[in-house]
Amino acid sequence: MMARYVWTIRPLFLLSALLAAVIFVSLGLGAATISPAEVWAVLNPQIPTTPATRTIVLDFRLARALLVSLVGAGLGGAGAAFQGLFRNPLADPFIIGASAGAALGATLVITSGWTATRFGVGPVPLAAFVGALLAVGLAYGLSEVSGQLRTLALLLAGTALSAMFSAAVSLLMVLNDRDFVNVFFWLLGGFSGRSWDDLWLALPYIAIGLLGLTLLSRPLDVLAFGDEAAQGLGVAVPQVRLLVVLCAALATAAAVASSGIIGFVGLIAPHIARLLWGPIHARLVPTSALLGALLLVLADTAARTLAAPIELPIGVLTALLGAPFFLYLLRTRRELF
Amino acid sequence: MMNEQAKPYLEARALVCAYQANAQQIILHDVDMALYPGELVGLIGPNGAGKTTLLRALARLLPPKSGQVLLDGRDIWRLSVRQMARRVGRVPQSAYAAWPYAIEHVVRMGRYPHRGWLAPHNQRDLSAVEEALDRMVLKPLRSRPFNTLSGGEQQRVLIARALAQEPKVLLLDEPIANLDINHQLQVLTLVRDLVREQRLAAVLAIHDLELAARFCDRLILLNQGHIWAAGLPAEVLQVDHLRNVFGVKAQLYRDPLGQWALSVELVTDIERLES
Repeated sequence: MMARYVWTIRPLFLLSALLAAVIFVSLGLGAATISPAEVWAVLNPQIPTTPATRTIVLDFRLARALLVSLVGAGLGGAGAAFQGLFRNPLADPFIIGASAGAALGATLVITSGWTATRFGVGPVPLAAFVGALLAVGLAYGLSEVSGQLRTLALLLAGTALSAMFSAAVSLLMVLNDRDFVNVFFWLLGGFSGRSWDDLWLALPYIAIGLLGLTLLSRPLDVLAFGDEAAQGLGVAVPQVRLLVVLCAALATAAAVASSGIIGFVGLIAPHIARLLWGPIHARLVPTSALLGALLLVLADTAARTLAAPIELPIGVLTALLGAPFFLYLLRTRRELF
Repeated sequence: MMNEQAKPYLEARALVCAYQANAQQIILHDVDMALYPGELVGLIGPNGAGKTTLLRALARLLPPKSGQVLLDGRDIWRLSVRQMARRVGRVPQSAYAAWPYAIEHVVRMGRYPHRGWLAPHNQRDLSAVEEALDRMVLKPLRSRPFNTLSGGEQQRVLIARALAQEPKVLLLDEPIANLDINHQLQVLTLVRDLVREQRLAAVLAIHDLELAARFCDRLILLNQGHIWAAGLPAEVLQVDHLRNVFGVKAQLYRDPLGQWALSVELVTDIERLES
C-alpha cells in the first residue's frame, strides 16, 4: 500500500523542492541585486542583517514570490479541474467567464473612481473577485434547466457571457478615457507592489479551492468517460459538477482579484503535468498547481528583471511564451488533442 | 434456463417511458420483464424499437413516465446512484476517454461505487480489479492507454470495468455492434460464460439475430416500444414475428454443427401487398 502513496507524492516533493529553489534565487534578483548569502542571512533569524535588505527580501520580494506562487497554483489547479470537468484540453480557468466577470468588476470600480479600502485591500481586487464569482454563477444558472446541467451549455453560456462582459469593459474604457491606462494595465495582469496583505487575502480562497479540487479527483477521473458512464459508475454527477465549478471558480476569482488576468498558465500547467505524470487527477491537480506556481514565479522574475527598472506586464510574458509552447504541444503531441 | 424458484434480480413493471424533451411522445409502452440470476437475455428489435431506451430506464438513467423498475424488489429510483452502481454494471456500445488512462486505471474506476471520493483501495478492491483484468484477458495490456486499443479490446475493458463493480446485474447496450466476427464471438463467449459462472442476470441489446439465438438463454423482441414476443430463441424468432417486425422472410434452423442459424431474405413489395 505504501508504494502507491510514494508514487503519488514523489512528483509533488520534486516540484516543491524546485519551487523553493526558484523562489530562493528570485529573492536575490531585481532592481537591487542581493547575493544568495545575504538572502540566506535574511531568512535565517540567527544571522544579523541590515533592515533595508530585510525589507527588500521579505516584504517586497518574498511576499510577492509567495503570492505569485499562490496565484500560479490556483490557476494551474483550476485549469486541471476545468479540463477534467469539460473533458476538453482547451479549457482554462477563465473558460466559464471568470476573467471577463472580474475585468468588468475591476473596470467598474476603476472608472467610478471608488477608492474605499476594505480588509486592508483596495476596492479593485474585491470588485474583481465578486465579478468573477457572479459571472460563473450566472453561466451556471443559465445553463441549468430543471435541475439538469449540461456541460456543453455551461461552456457556451460562459463564452457568450465573456463576450458580453468584454464588450462592456471596452465600452467603459472608451467612455472614460482618463482611466483608460489604469484599466488597460489592470487587464494585462501583474504583481507590482503586492504585499503580505494581498497574500493573506487570497490564501484562504485558493487553499480551499485547491483542497476541494484535490478531494474531488477521483470523481473527476471517472468523468473522463462522459456524464452517463460516470453516473453508471456511481458518481453523483450534478453534485460533483457543482462542487468542481465552485472550487475552481473560487481559486480563479481569488487569483484574478490579486493580479488581474494572467493567461496560459492555467492552460499549459495541466498539459505539462499530464505529459510528465499521467492523467490521474489525484496527482494531476496538485502537480498542475505546483507547476503553475513554478511557471508563474519564473515568469514574474523575468518580468521584474528582463527590462529593469521597467517592469514588463506578466500577462504579456505568459502569453508570449505560453502560446508558442502550447502550439508546440499541439503539433508534437497529437494524441493529447 | 429460467429458474422458477429464483426471485428476479431486476424487474420492470408496467414501464412507460417518454422522450425527455417531449413527455407526450411515448417510446416504451407498458413493458413487463424480469431478469433472473444466471441467464443472459437478448434484447432484439429493429432500429428505434426502444432497446436503448429500455436499457437506459433499467440503468436508472431515464426516469419512467409511469411504472417501476425494481432491483431486488426495491424501486431503483429510491436507491442512490452509488447504491445502484454497486449492484448494476453497464457496458456501453463504445466509449471514448478524454485522457489517456491506462487500462488498469479504467478498470479500477469500477471500484468507485465501493470506495467513493477518498477511501483508499483495499485488498478486496485490488483483487476485484485483478480478477476482472484476468477474466477479460487484459493483463498483458494493463498499462496501455484506453484509446489506443482496438474496438474488441476496448469492449473487453468496458466489461472488465463493469465486472470490477462486482454487480449482480449486467446491462449491455449493443456491445458487439462495432466489432468484427472474431471479436463478436470472443466478447459474447466471455459474457455468456461470465453470466453462468457468476450467476449474474444480464440483458444484452443485440442486432445480430443469429448470434442472439446462439448465445442468449431468452430473447425479448421489441417493436415500436411494445414487447412483441418473449421467450426461448426458437419461440421468439418465428417466421411470422420476423416478417411482421423486421419485414424479412427468415427461417431459424440447426446448422450441421447443431447451432442455431438463420436464413434471411428481404420481403419484396409484391409479397408485402399480397399479405
